[in-house]
Amino acid sequence: MAEFLISAILLAYLVILSIAIYCDDNLFSAAMLMGIYTLLCAAIFVAMDAVDVAFTEAAVGAGISTILILAALSLSNYHKEDHHNIKKNTLQTTVSLIITFALGILLAFGFHDIPAYGQQNVPAYQGVAQHYIHQSEHEIGVPNIVTSILASYRGYDTLGELTVIFVAGITVLMLLGYGLKQKTNNLPNTIELQKYIVLRVVSRMLMPYILLFALYVQFHGDYGPGGGFQAGVILASGIILHILFYGHKQTQKVIAPEITCYLMAIGVLIFAGTGIVTLLQGGNFLEYNVLNPNNPIQGQHWGILVIEFGVGLTVAAVMLSLFYSFSKQTKD
Amino acid sequence: MIELLLNALGGISLVSGLFFMFVGSIGLLRLPDFFTRLHATSKTDTLGIGLIFIGLIFFSGPTQASLKLVLIIFFIFFTSPVSAHALAKAAFKGGVKPFQINTKKDHKDG
Repeated sequence: MAEFLISAILLAYLVILSIAIYCDDNLFSAAMLMGIYTLLCAAIFVAMDAVDVAFTEAAVGAGISTILILAALSLSNYHKEDHHNIKKNTLQTTVSLIITFALGILLAFGFHDIPAYGQQNVPAYQGVAQHYIHQSEHEIGVPNIVTSILASYRGYDTLGELTVIFVAGITVLMLLGYGLKQKTNNLPNTIELQKYIVLRVVSRMLMPYILLFALYVQFHGDYGPGGGFQAGVILASGIILHILFYGHKQTQKVIAPEITCYLMAIGVLIFAGTGIVTLLQGGNFLEYNVLNPNNPIQGQHWGILVIEFGVGLTVAAVMLSLFYSFSKQTKD
Repeated sequence: MIELLLNALGGISLVSGLFFMFVGSIGLLRLPDFFTRLHATSKTDTLGIGLIFIGLIFFSGPTQASLKLVLIIFFIFFTSPVSAHALAKAAFKGGVKPFQINTKKDHKDG
């Protein structure tokens, strides 16, 4: 009863929030409201006992995605007064309303056939899922079943996900590049120190712990919620914190944008390379058992460790390079 | 006996944390200006979250989860006021003017 109440209240908040996002005229506040929407979705996932998904949703949606949208908004020519001049086209709004309602009704018909939450005699639970849940402990030996499914049983799909992220990073680089070559307003660092002293001191104190937490999440994915995707996003967030308060010049002394290009590719190379290594050892693609023929479970652990490292590296590099592309292009 | 005491303390902390969050939300809705609203929410939300997490620590007892909760409380105490400071700085730089009571009108009438 309490679970139903919690889920019902959170879903009602989602509906109210989506109406608020629609009615909001200012794009900046709409971007912040979308970040809150994502955080509520993460809470709903926790209420449904899907903590890995909730972790990733909170890290990506409420962290990186919001800041990338805000950076893109500041990149564009958006002024708050512009939206008053846009004339409302009633034909356009009516047609779009009808289409949206039709799609919503289709969606409702589609949802009608989905089985109830928690039912056991459903096709998704029979078959392979039973094998994963019962045999994961013996075959792979990793306590977190989500990681074992993601990294070992369905490792090929994870390689596909990583390649999608990599392609997104490359696409943004091709479209935007790393920013304008000349910067007109390049204030020296010492003047800024007095103005931003609180933010700089606190961010300098917090950054090591954020990066350490990212490493913890990366390697703790075997035992609790975590893994490469969340760790990469948290690592990128820590470095973006430094960029926000210290400027691009300081941060690029440590991590130049060109390095993120290489890191992106190296991560995917590590992942796919592990598959090639298993091929060369005589097994199938991404069959980690052959990495250590005497002790297959140890081979599985090695394989999961290496590919999660590749995932974390690529995700961190892509998020950082996206932020570099979006933020360096501002006119000031 | 000690369990009852721990549960009672946890309950008191949770309820007081809830009270502070509620007060902060009322302030967010009713105060006139951006800076006053920021002041209300940053103080009450930090304190409210701290109290709620202390209540959760009482409920979970001496486990690893309590240690993680203590670390989270430290993190919140560091970052929440600093982010409020960053918001106020950005708003001031962006030109948001503080709310002023109209004193000229009083002079004219009086």
